[in-house]
Amino acid sequence: MLINFKRILKLGWRSFLRDGGIAAATIFILVMTIFLISNIFLFKDVNQFLVTSLEEKVDVSVYFKENAGEEEILNLKEELSKIPEVKKITYVSRENALEEFIERHKDDPVLIESLGELGKNPFLASLNIQAKEASQYGIISDFFEKPELKELIEKIDYYQRKPVIERIFSLTSLLDKVSLSLSIILVIVAIFVTFNTIRLAILNSSEEIGTQRLVGASNWFIRGPFLVQGAISGIFAALISLAMLGLVCWYLSPKIEFFFAGLNLFNLFLKNFWILLLIQFLTGILLSVISGAIAIRKYLRI
Amino acid sequence: MIKFQKVTKIYPAHLASLKDTVALENVSLEIKEKEFVSIVGRSGAGKTTLLKLILAEERPTEGEIFFNGKEINKMKPEDLPELRRKIGAVFQDYKLLPSKTAQENLAYVMEVIGAPDEEILRDVPKVLEIVGLSERINNFPAELSAGEKQRLSIARALIHRPKVILADEPTGNLDPYNTLDIVKILLKIHELGTTLILATHNKEIINSLGKRVITLEKGRVIRDEEKGRFIL
Repeated sequence: MLINFKRILKLGWRSFLRDGGIAAATIFILVMTIFLISNIFLFKDVNQFLVTSLEEKVDVSVYFKENAGEEEILNLKEELSKIPEVKKITYVSRENALEEFIERHKDDPVLIESLGELGKNPFLASLNIQAKEASQYGIISDFFEKPELKELIEKIDYYQRKPVIERIFSLTSLLDKVSLSLSIILVIVAIFVTFNTIRLAILNSSEEIGTQRLVGASNWFIRGPFLVQGAISGIFAALISLAMLGLVCWYLSPKIEFFFAGLNLFNLFLKNFWILLLIQFLTGILLSVISGAIAIRKYLRI
Repeated sequence: MIKFQKVTKIYPAHLASLKDTVALENVSLEIKEKEFVSIVGRSGAGKTTLLKLILAEERPTEGEIFFNGKEINKMKPEDLPELRRKIGAVFQDYKLLPSKTAQENLAYVMEVIGAPDEEILRDVPKVLEIVGLSERINNFPAELSAGEKQRLSIARALIHRPKVILADEPTGNLDPYNTLDIVKILLKIHELGTTLILATHNKEIINSLGKRVITLEKGRVIRDEEKGRFIL
């Protein structure tokens, strides 16, 4: 048993070394498939990042009337923070708002001058609220619909932003759906191409398989080396795609970060290194071994 | 040892307009252990089919074939390797493993039966020497001449010391010198106690052997003589 296993490994390794062109073609196709699957895996994270950063840009501001006291607003903030959908609330007092405005427009003397001409602080105190998900802003704005709050609140900008928020919400869920279905289609196509490449490689050996049967080799003794050879191709393909993916991430990382601040592709790659490695090895080995096992079946009937 | 009982083999036609091919018709014969039997007949008489049936490469359409009392055509596919390891076959088209060297082709058969490495290392060069291929040990079949391929295929058939050797036209591609060598090797193997079944249409070989000859014509046994001669 052990000696057979050793021989199967040896025969598999030897045919891998000798097959040259066919082994290279198999590895090439496997690399394509593994690369695609890893990219889909990484893209899921990139997509998540983009969706989150888009959602973070969305918030609702509640402006309070001039007569609303700071204490009342802070009480309200306290109460708001108990709503589970709320992620973050920032209180901006009238003074803060003014300071912020001055800071932001300090290089624009016309604006600063006109502010001075007003003679008073024109800004209102506000609460800036972020929800955990884009769909939850409705619940938060409902909170302010209570009659006792009406006299405190000047305006809620949710109603002005509502269409934008809803569009972002539908866009992100659409993006998720499209990328998921596209990925599934691509993966299926890639798996079929790989299967067929391996099938052709085995078809090339069909006569040899028949002869092996006729000299008394058991099915496992014939199948084994092909599966070993497939697994070796899978391992090489996984290593090549890992290197390729690493290089691509490293090269594109600064360019992508330029457009999307905080999205570091290479860090994402490093963060997911082990899981990527696992996905690539599993894809490479399972795909080639299973395809090989299916393809060889019909030649073992002699 | 090998017994055919009313065996018929028909190859169905691939096209409806063609007729089925009757390769063997109602053949009954018995080959005893340690016998040397020659099967003669014109091309298409059914010699190769008869050998293929023994190796279970083909299944009979009708009738039974026994090997050591076991009915071959009732064996399950997973039991066939066991049967085939007891048989050494020299195929008309050699059937060498193209991706393996001469040495590996022989070693493969021994690996299949689970022979230990030392035995393989010892026997392979020895058998290659017997068939005169010591110089070609690391050559692939594609690098060998027709005669060399034939000799390699004979070496493969005998290396694991099978009980029976089936030789289908083993001298078909050889010059008279090589033919004589091969016949000598076959006789030697037979003397050592191996049953030999030789299919050929080489008149000189048959006549020089003076062993049992079964003559086939159009799939039927027309003559079966101890110490037979080549008569067609």
